[in-house]
Amino acid sequence: MSGIPLEPVYGEEGSEMPGVYPYTRGPYASMYRSKLWTMRMFAGFGTATDTNERFREIIRSGGDGLSTAFDMPTLMGLDSDHPMSLGEVGRCGVAIDSLADMKDLFAGIDLGGITTSMTINSPAAPILAMFVAQAETAGVPRKALGGTLQNDILKEYQAQKEFVFPPRQSMRLVRDVVSFTTAEMPRWHSISISGYHIREAGSTAAEELAFTLANGFAYVELAMQAGLPVDTFAPRLSFFFNAHIDFFEEIAKYRAARRIWARWMKEKYGATNERSLQLRFHAQTAGVSLTAQQPEVNIVRTAVEALAAVMGGAQSLHTNSMDEAMALPTEKAARIALRTQQVIAHETNVTHVADPLGGSWFVEDLTNKIEELAEVMFAEISEMGHGSMLEGCIQGIEDNWFQGRISDSAFELERTFNSGERIVVGANRFKEGNEDDSLDLLRISQEQEKEQRHRLATVRQDRNDVAVSEARQQLQHDASQPDVNLMPALINAANAYVTLGEMMSSLGEVFGRHVEVPVI
Amino acid sequence: MPIRVLVAKVGLDGHDRGVKVVARILRDAGMEVIYTGLFQTPETVASAALDEDVDVVGLSMLSGAHMTLAPLVVEEMRARGIMIPVVVGGIVPPRDAEELRAAGIAGVIGPGATADEVVAVVEAAAATI
Repeated sequence: MSGIPLEPVYGEEGSEMPGVYPYTRGPYASMYRSKLWTMRMFAGFGTATDTNERFREIIRSGGDGLSTAFDMPTLMGLDSDHPMSLGEVGRCGVAIDSLADMKDLFAGIDLGGITTSMTINSPAAPILAMFVAQAETAGVPRKALGGTLQNDILKEYQAQKEFVFPPRQSMRLVRDVVSFTTAEMPRWHSISISGYHIREAGSTAAEELAFTLANGFAYVELAMQAGLPVDTFAPRLSFFFNAHIDFFEEIAKYRAARRIWARWMKEKYGATNERSLQLRFHAQTAGVSLTAQQPEVNIVRTAVEALAAVMGGAQSLHTNSMDEAMALPTEKAARIALRTQQVIAHETNVTHVADPLGGSWFVEDLTNKIEELAEVMFAEISEMGHGSMLEGCIQGIEDNWFQGRISDSAFELERTFNSGERIVVGANRFKEGNEDDSLDLLRISQEQEKEQRHRLATVRQDRNDVAVSEARQQLQHDASQPDVNLMPALINAANAYVTLGEMMSSLGEVFGRHVEVPVI
Repeated sequence: MPIRVLVAKVGLDGHDRGVKVVARILRDAGMEVIYTGLFQTPETVASAALDEDVDVVGLSMLSGAHMTLAPLVVEEMRARGIMIPVVVGGIVPPRDAEELRAAGIAGVIGPGATADEVVAVVEAAAATI
């Protein structure tokens, strides 16, 4: 603001620059000068029609990407009328039972003009099938669809625990999605390899980084085993990291992530396409850092975390709302969260210079240390898999290795909170004002659950039962042939209004179910 | 005799960080802790509470389904004549906590609770038997 001209990047002659291998300083040379990050706000609750309204509000407020939160039954591949769905329908995301709901969800939204992210894992393939069927009904061909499917099943067993089928059967579905989108959906990101949930489940930053990249390597090996050349699918892999409160460590984590990914992709997996080497990521501020006490203070936490993501070079960002330690956000709270990003983007001028902390002795050292910690963990995982990261990740899940490490770190963090070593404002210190609970919270009535069950009953009544039964038979037949890609049968089933729960139970009869042996 | 506690995850919510941390906190406080694992129903929790002969049942809920599922667990237990107190921990707003107490929940542990507060709620519930 004093009129000093700014260079797009700073660094010594001959030193590493952004946009150059190994991309520690950023995937692109000019970073936010040429393109700001995408302000992608995660939303979903109630029925598809309720969420459609929220989506339109996000677009009106200047959000430029949609991100769909599904409710628990949908995430677990159950219909809204399943007994286990009781109390969960539309509760922490939108309920999608069939193509009819998918149509309502995106009604009036131009899917060729906006990118759509869908956070779903066990039923990722059936949901993608419904999404494609819905877009094609609306006249948008699959090759024009841009967006991201989370489709990261490994971290479900490790951290988020939304698993349905056993690991190897689930990995077959991941493989089918990657093969399908590589061939038919050139603008689609087939997997969003996610550390967010690993961190939320209690891991350290180094564990988040190491487990996520290890899972990434596992997917690369999976796709290569399926015969896909690495440079055909790797450019469409993306990442999703947590933006936690430990400011500099988070920035170092993103920098280390880019460097490790580039090196492994080039040296171990033989990628040559620049886009296969460039790690691009979405970030979300840390839900676990929010407090129910004095919730307005969460706006400050979220701003600091979002700034770390931006200083670390995120391509896309979701900021949490201040009320999320207690409920899904109100529209007002979600708007303030989006405004937080807009202040960082348009008022602070931090976007003028790429990797502004590059060259800091502290940040460079922290980047190296995080990388070293990650390499130690890669060696352990590789050893569990006798040299294969794919086998190592599956073995580590079956042996509770990942789950145990995450629980241990979560407990250690809790210990420092309880002893007062780690201060959380409002929770264990500075409690004056905690008695104020005047914040309005979003309350989702049980009416929406009834309404969704009613909508589902109507769909079941109106559809062609013969087509449904034929589509399910085809799906089961294809599922029993391990080399057949399941996407065509799933899209066919979606078009016949086979419900999500029916697709998943047809697959389940062939695949079986995963049961976790819990460890404390 | 140490207090015996069954900690349980009911329904589809897989967030298990809280339940695992709480299990260790209670164990460190000298209690005997049994964890059911994920995806339980009111029926399986009631059966486990009886089989394990516990003093307190703790439900961990982070998906917002506590208003539906927690009272169902209490109902199922009482219908079988099991009078063991039930406490709930998780993302429970203050207003919901009052309603849960009215529905027969013996104690509520909200977000941000310290280890001492967790132990105190379970001990108080155990003392009601």
